[in-house]
Amino acid sequence: MPAQLTILSGKGGTGKTTVAASFFTLAQGAVAADCDVDAPNLHLLLEPTLLEREPFQAAMVAGIDPDTCTQCGLCEESCKFGAIRDFEVDPFSCEGCGVCELVCPEGAARLVPETTGEVFVSETRFGPLAHALLRPGGEATGKLVTRVKEVASRLAGERGLELLLVDGSPGIGCPVIASVAGSDLILAVTEPTLSGLWGLERIHGVARHFGVKLAVCINKGDINPEIAEQVRRYCSESGLEMLGVVPFDEEVNKATMNGEVLVELYDGPAANALKSLWKATMALLESTKAKT
Amino acid sequence: MVISIASGKGGTGKTTVAANMAWAASTVEPVTFLDCDVEEPDSHFYLKPEWSGEEDVCVPVPVVDSSRCDGCGKCAEFCRYNALAAIKGDVLVFQELCHGCGGCSLVCPLKCISYEDKRIGIVRNGSRRGVRLHQGLLDIGEPIAVPVIKQVKEKRAGDGLTLIDCPPGTGCPMVNSITGSDYCMLVTEPSPFGRHDLDLAHRAALELRIPHGVVISRSSGNDAIIDDYCADEGLKVLGRIPFSRDIAEACSRGEMLAEIDSAWSLRFSRILEEVRKECLLSLLS
Repeated sequence: MPAQLTILSGKGGTGKTTVAASFFTLAQGAVAADCDVDAPNLHLLLEPTLLEREPFQAAMVAGIDPDTCTQCGLCEESCKFGAIRDFEVDPFSCEGCGVCELVCPEGAARLVPETTGEVFVSETRFGPLAHALLRPGGEATGKLVTRVKEVASRLAGERGLELLLVDGSPGIGCPVIASVAGSDLILAVTEPTLSGLWGLERIHGVARHFGVKLAVCINKGDINPEIAEQVRRYCSESGLEMLGVVPFDEEVNKATMNGEVLVELYDGPAANALKSLWKATMALLESTKAKT
Repeated sequence: MVISIASGKGGTGKTTVAANMAWAASTVEPVTFLDCDVEEPDSHFYLKPEWSGEEDVCVPVPVVDSSRCDGCGKCAEFCRYNALAAIKGDVLVFQELCHGCGGCSLVCPLKCISYEDKRIGIVRNGSRRGVRLHQGLLDIGEPIAVPVIKQVKEKRAGDGLTLIDCPPGTGCPMVNSITGSDYCMLVTEPSPFGRHDLDLAHRAALELRIPHGVVISRSSGNDAIIDDYCADEGLKVLGRIPFSRDIAEACSRGEMLAEIDSAWSLRFSRILEEVRKECLLSLLS
């Protein structure tokens, strides 16, 4: 099993993908998994070549055959999601539970497998990338994240890679919980804003809930020194290791705009901070792995 | 009128736009602000409401009467979410996986499954000046945000303007948040990430048949990457918020530009006017 490092943030847009892409470059021997399946961005920086694709069919959706339906209304009455109206199913509201199929006396309501996304394997200049794309509103986001990680682990096994780098999604709900599972270490990327700090507190809550070690880095650390200090205080009071501070740097914006990986082409303050952050993160990951 | 503010990509400035618009509009009409980003709600940092109360969001979860259950396992077999497992004549319930469909009690031959309410989050209610805020907050460790979003959306008022601050992404939470709105504003940034995720959000709004337009935040003066996309897709650019370190710092402290500067207030009112015009046009077409 490769060691799993998961990059999360709680609040969106704090720089998870910028960190993940730079780490992937520096690792020289990792497999990356983009688990932000409903807004994936990592591939945009990596010029990937598609190797494999598979449809993702973990969810079901109901359908009603109008020819056999007698319009008795039992399905509509029994659906807890309000997904059936006038003997038709709204696929966005349907959660594929199968209650309509169960109660339909005529066999007119049926569950059918639904393709809610696609899983991809790509080759990049830094190593293999497992990624996916969810259909808008698609069910089973958590299962899709789990599938991306399974594919990534398989790639790691086939190629003898020892690090699985997971670029997570914002939030604390099912896709995040699915990325946290199996992590050896979570790196939370926060920013010195009130929302950034609160996002950190909430993602730290998730890490604690599932018993996974979490460490912190601050992005754009100098935007608000006062709140950066509050983040530091929160970390020291909660026993969280602060692994690095990446300063605000125009080069980050420039690299993102050009679809470039910061540490590969630049040598400014942010790029250097990311290199130190990488070393500190690897040291902590190794000592965490050694303990378990 | 109900306007949702969504983005695809996280951290593009949804809440900044929504809060500032709410503040600017509240000088002329009552505003209801629904914070549906229940995993990471942060509207309160900007709106600074006085909280008047909160209510639990509960979902029904199955309880198995073990004195009567014979462990046949039909419930576990039915459940598509793996919320029940039959092991050696016993049934285990994993409450946080339950979607509350009610199927297990329907299939139980002994009728020994009932339901109890389980809290998965809260809705907080507050207000300041003419803005009423209802904010959902998903409990830590709970995976399913949609019931919290739905309860926040029940707070929609009959009068004035309702603004819905949506979660990022294009999954169930986002789709459930924008459903039912008259118009959806997609906030993006001029970068390949912003463009890519705007495309996903645009497709989601199209599928739901919700009229929508674009706000460009962190505008650099050259937003060709988004402008070109919008021109190709026939999307209206409703307004721009320039990038500046001053704005970033103000936002980091939770300051609303519309509150500290009347020129900004006017600017957000104009964006809202554009939205109203677009709404009208979409009704006519």
